[in-house]
Amino acid sequence: MIYLELFWAFLQIGLFSIGGGYAAMPIIEQQIVYQNAWLTMTEFADVVTIAEMTPGPIALNAASFVGTRIAGIGGAVIATIGFIIPSCVIITILLLLYKKYKNLGAVNGALRGLRPAVVGMIAAAALTIIKLSFFSKSSATIGIVNIASIAIFALAFLFLKKLKAKPVLVMLGCGVLGLLVYGGLELLI
Amino acid sequence: MKRDFKLYVSLFLSTLKLSAFTFGGGFVIISLMKKEFVEKRGWISEEDMLNYTAIAQSSPGAIAINASLLVGFHIGGFLGAVVTVIASALPPLVLLSIISFFYTAFRDNMIIRYILMGMQAGVAAVLFDVIIGLSVSVWKDTKFFAVIIAVFTFVLVAFLSVNIIYIILACALAGALILGKRKKKNDIS
Repeated sequence: MIYLELFWAFLQIGLFSIGGGYAAMPIIEQQIVYQNAWLTMTEFADVVTIAEMTPGPIALNAASFVGTRIAGIGGAVIATIGFIIPSCVIITILLLLYKKYKNLGAVNGALRGLRPAVVGMIAAAALTIIKLSFFSKSSATIGIVNIASIAIFALAFLFLKKLKAKPVLVMLGCGVLGLLVYGGLELLI
Repeated sequence: MKRDFKLYVSLFLSTLKLSAFTFGGGFVIISLMKKEFVEKRGWISEEDMLNYTAIAQSSPGAIAINASLLVGFHIGGFLGAVVTVIASALPPLVLLSIISFFYTAFRDNMIIRYILMGMQAGVAAVLFDVIIGLSVSVWKDTKFFAVIIAVFTFVLVAFLSVNIIYIILACALAGALILGKRKKKNDIS
């Protein structure tokens, strides 16, 4: 029974979270804290924190976290499947339409019009991350600017652009650098 | 490309790797997918990738899941879509289930915090690199139209928090009206 409730709650979350990421937070909050009282408000704030700190989409992280809390690993799997189903159905329909009408003048124009919009959206997401990263509090922060963060950013960009390094390796390297720089400074001070 | 067992295995492993290292939401994974599937493996054209991003963005659910479904279907048909969706849902599922058990210890661990701070700067650099690459390609396609749409979208999303759905509809309409009639010079589709 709890499996069915979890499935139904995350099916609704999957269906109504449009826009991705933080746009899904209010719907998750409504379902999990108010509708079903599975988590307290404090626990929910914790879910948001973990979702920020770990890889993967926020809604999927929430599904796994809440599912595990309430019904163990099985609950996590059920909640995840519930969340994914609506987008699988809708995306499949859109993909079939896309394949069928791709070469129509107006559709082609609409898609070409959307491409620069995607660039703008990625830039907006990048700005959010850059602000978070460059102005974060740490042992390397002078005033409000995190010097180490800017240095790591510049170094990573150089590796990506000039040396064509693999992004995953660059990110792992940045993690190691973060540990060395922030941890080292913490020990020195 | 041949749709054999080897293709599905490498599709699964690539997507799994991307999902496991994607900090910071849907657009980060899309940027990494572009690097992996368009630039490194050449499985998808850049044009299709941008179109899929727009479709993934305009449907409900997590952008990362939507995008991996589209990419998986493009590369390996129905089975490919199943493979990529499972591969992208698996890391958050496993990781968050574990964290859900050890949350308090994880949240207060300084070593993990330092690593994550370093990785955040790395993610920003990856996004920056991808934005530069995409800007060049949309500029080649639609010139000043692209500049106006990209800047317009960036400002509306980053500073005015306008709902992305409206922006997508507006840009698609603008594209259909302005670019719909004239055929692209070197049309390859």
